[in-house]
Amino acid sequence: MENFSNIALPITRGLMIRKLLIEHKLRVALLGLFLMFAFSLQATENDTITSPEAGVSEHSAEPASEEKGFNAGEMIIEHIIDSHEWHILTWKGHHVSIPLPVILLDEGKLVVFSSAHFHHGEEAYQGYKLEEEGKNKGKIVKVNEDGTVNEEAKLPLDFSITKAVLSLFIGAILLLVIFLTAARRYSANPNRAPKGIQSAVEPLIIFVRDDVAIPAIGKKKYKKYMPYLLTIFFFIFLNNLMGLIPFFPGGVNLTGNLAVTMVMAISTFLITTFSGNRSYWIHIVNTPGVPWWLKIPVPLMPVVELIGLITKPFVLMVRLFANITAGHIILLGFMSLIFIFGSMSPWIGVAVSPVSILFGVFMSLLELLVAFIQAYVFTLLSAIYFGMAVEEHHHEHAAEHESH
Amino acid sequence: MELVKVDIGLLFWMTLTFSLLLFILGKFAWKPIMKMLHEREDSIEKALNAAEDAKKEMLKLKAGNEQLLLEAKEERDALLRDARKVRESIIDEARLKANEEANRIIENARESINYEKMAAINDLKNQIAAISIEIAEKLIIQELSDKDKQHQLTEKLLKEVKIN
Repeated sequence: MENFSNIALPITRGLMIRKLLIEHKLRVALLGLFLMFAFSLQATENDTITSPEAGVSEHSAEPASEEKGFNAGEMIIEHIIDSHEWHILTWKGHHVSIPLPVILLDEGKLVVFSSAHFHHGEEAYQGYKLEEEGKNKGKIVKVNEDGTVNEEAKLPLDFSITKAVLSLFIGAILLLVIFLTAARRYSANPNRAPKGIQSAVEPLIIFVRDDVAIPAIGKKKYKKYMPYLLTIFFFIFLNNLMGLIPFFPGGVNLTGNLAVTMVMAISTFLITTFSGNRSYWIHIVNTPGVPWWLKIPVPLMPVVELIGLITKPFVLMVRLFANITAGHIILLGFMSLIFIFGSMSPWIGVAVSPVSILFGVFMSLLELLVAFIQAYVFTLLSAIYFGMAVEEHHHEHAAEHESH
Repeated sequence: MELVKVDIGLLFWMTLTFSLLLFILGKFAWKPIMKMLHEREDSIEKALNAAEDAKKEMLKLKAGNEQLLLEAKEERDALLRDARKVRESIIDEARLKANEEANRIIENARESINYEKMAAINDLKNQIAAISIEIAEKLIIQELSDKDKQHQLTEKLLKEVKIN
């Protein structure tokens, strides 16, 4: 009985997480299907392009795709991955896009120029070219004097202000404007009812404090973690919402980039690790309430616990990425249906469009919900991990009881 | 650029932006906002408590007032009762005094009446005596007008004296 009560505490905590995970299981399965669908489309498209036309002039790619008609997979992937220019629309074969600065670190040398020089990947500039096919598709590669791709040279490190980076900056500026304004209002009229922008952000701030931080971390220690929790919550929420706006400056799948979610997941991991107290580490190295033969001679439990330590941020990273990316893919998929059927016959396309739009609207509404839920889940799980790290366990005493 | 891949550029910019964002928001937004929220909640709580206290105070005051009113009423009643008592006692005393006075007056009157009566009686006695003497004088004068009769009377009177 003693044993069970010892592990009961982490289990109740774990129940919270498990409930969340179950809620997402179905969704994640669905997303997986869509992701596989998208990848297979991308893969087949790559195969078809690379095999017959490798090394032909740059112009051939476009007519080839035009001949093939609409390619949903390519379109979707192009929309959700990062790029060196912000493509707004294509009108009668002309690309209208915002050129973004390219910043390369090539063998210790800093190279900066506008991505407009690439002419949407059709031309090389200063010995660099935007690769359009093969394994380095979308990356900047070095070219030889004669214009062919230099296969031996190492890829330059790409620190360009890409579409995602610009979107990240816009999001950050928006966050700063919103919350610095709100903070000024709070300081300007203290102890008054919230007004304007305050009223918009206050419920969310209170929500993060009262429904996320305090239950997960506890009333005594939550204050230290509030700035981080609020920052990730609003960062994820705002960027998720921005991603749902279909035109500039939104529409970028920023929170669906592994680099972005990785930075936040690692931050959570680092904060958890550095705020871990004695009982947290004891829990990992010498898990209480577990038979000794699981620890000695083969340290099975410590290994499991260490794996758990790594999986937590990894799951955080992948969950946000997968949810947001899948949302974008599904939405774009519904829109693609119109053009897929339209390429068969314009009339079928017109006939299908109401259905597609209806589903698109439904998905957009769902994505609005997901935008909030994902921000909430990320913040809640981070808070739970912090709570685990600072929780005061009493296993030592329990172990003493057992030995007596 | 592929889908499931970490771009070093984005990773770099994200790390930079996110750290800056965390720092600036933490210092200039979350700190004052959390502080103000906390202060406001405190002040609201205080205000509510104060209102509750004031309400209690009011009730107490009201109860006190009622108590005071009751006491005042009782005091008034007591005063009235006392006054009535005093009045009655005054009246009684007055009545007593009046009775005494009346009795005294009556007594005096009776005395004076007696005195007057005695005086009157004396007066009457004197007058009767005078009248009797007069009558006797007149009778004697008439009787003594003839010698026989004077002699007879003298004899009679002498006789009476002898008997004595």
